[in-house]
Amino acid sequence: MSSLHGAIDVVVSDVVTVNELIKRFHFKRADGKPLPAFSGGSHIVIEMQDGDTLRRTPYSLSSSPFDTDDYQVSIRRDDAGRGGSLYMHESVEPGMAMSISHPANLFSLDKRAPKHLMLAGGIGITPFMSQTAQLARTGGKVELHYGVRNRELGAYVDELSVRLGPDLHVYLDENAERMDLDRILGNQPTGTHLYVCGPEPMIEAALDSARRLAWPQAHIHHELFARTAPGEPFTIELQDSGLSVEVGETQSMLEAIENAGIDAPYLCRGGVCGQCETRVLSHDGELLHTDHWLSDAERAAGEKIMPCVSRCRGTLVLER
Amino acid sequence: MSHSRMEPSIRSRPVYGTLSRTTAAAHLCIADGAGGGALLDLFGSAPEGFAQHVEINYVPGDENMSDALKALGAARFHTSPSVHALMPRIARQFERMRMGTQVYLAGSETLIGLAMKTGMEAGLDFEAMQTEHRGTLARRVQCVHCKGITENVTTQPATCSHCGLLLLVRDHYSRRHAAFQGVNINAEDPSEVAPKEEVFP
Repeated sequence: MSSLHGAIDVVVSDVVTVNELIKRFHFKRADGKPLPAFSGGSHIVIEMQDGDTLRRTPYSLSSSPFDTDDYQVSIRRDDAGRGGSLYMHESVEPGMAMSISHPANLFSLDKRAPKHLMLAGGIGITPFMSQTAQLARTGGKVELHYGVRNRELGAYVDELSVRLGPDLHVYLDENAERMDLDRILGNQPTGTHLYVCGPEPMIEAALDSARRLAWPQAHIHHELFARTAPGEPFTIELQDSGLSVEVGETQSMLEAIENAGIDAPYLCRGGVCGQCETRVLSHDGELLHTDHWLSDAERAAGEKIMPCVSRCRGTLVLER
Repeated sequence: MSHSRMEPSIRSRPVYGTLSRTTAAAHLCIADGAGGGALLDLFGSAPEGFAQHVEINYVPGDENMSDALKALGAARFHTSPSVHALMPRIARQFERMRMGTQVYLAGSETLIGLAMKTGMEAGLDFEAMQTEHRGTLARRVQCVHCKGITENVTTQPATCSHCGLLLLVRDHYSRRHAAFQGVNINAEDPSEVAPKEEVFP
């Protein structure tokens, strides 16, 4: 049984190989009832029991918010990651029982917008799958720019092409096609909202362009899940719980804390939502912050850490 | 006259800033009365060529700064006889402009509120528009009972110009109506009429 907060027991109903790097996983509820309603841009946390290791990894839902019988996530195989995507690719088969969290949305559409401008890079297309499905039904002007390495890896180009027609613009690296960000952002009607999801350099470039062109902050949205990179093992002391916990090479601090039986708060598990923020009581090594939540001043103060993604070189004492 | 300081109040009460130039390619300025002074300050240390990317819409009112504003040499300078007369023109400008045009609103709360409402109707977030309050504190008040709007309210309490009820003018503000909310102050005993004081000069 799962220890996820309000976890949903599901069955893997299908696994589809989309291309050499991407597989799509379909889930239905184990008890046959409908899954919770969600909004475009939502993610779920999938719990994976990989041998002795328990992983909980967030993935965007890529299916239509109007279909609550079938949740879909598209996962790109990441050979350099901590192993979550490899586990999904290699060990998950149709018929398996798994646990997922309720959907949460940290990348939702602003429904007041007269137009939605979406910029996607690679697997960053996934939240836009659910968002464009939502807008196709509820109505709403969309312009989607999708950059991808080559046509073969352009998952969902065909499906999006049917859904969006001339409002879909595809850029293939193999043809040296690039988004002209200044041109795209420089010619949008009043009230347009910008949404960006993809690799970090692409997000940075898009946000830079938007700021340079004086787009108001309230109209700019991006989703970047910090990758919980593997790292040197280290030890954390949990003062309130009176426990000492080892964090393994491919484990996050949050996972290690959970493995020790402690119910710690979290939402995105990707360093963006702020839910897991934890007080650092002392440390004898360098704090390796990789989140997108703490400010530079907070990092310099060294009093807080985001255990879902960040690490420490040395020993760390936490208020937990 | 420098920009206004307002008493801290409930969260609903709008707060205004000080206009500051951005790197936008185009700048749309909307001001009335003393708000013209905020535009003069905005141009104060502007780099050469700034004015040619600026459009100014101005309602002179009692504190007419038209001559000084005209002398700034903006690409377009337009005056309207009243804030309400200006709004249809503003609505067309909001529709036509591209994202990355910086909007500046300066002057009375009525001008700022109505222009912001017009911008929001075009799809702009209220935080996307810079604001600076100058001049009168007179309020646009919506009677919560009959929904009628009374303009230029300077007293507390105030009489609804539509239904005649005596209203307590609250700091509770509606961005959608660009109006403060007025609530009947003597419902139990209409014969009890509190004296009016001039509190929004």
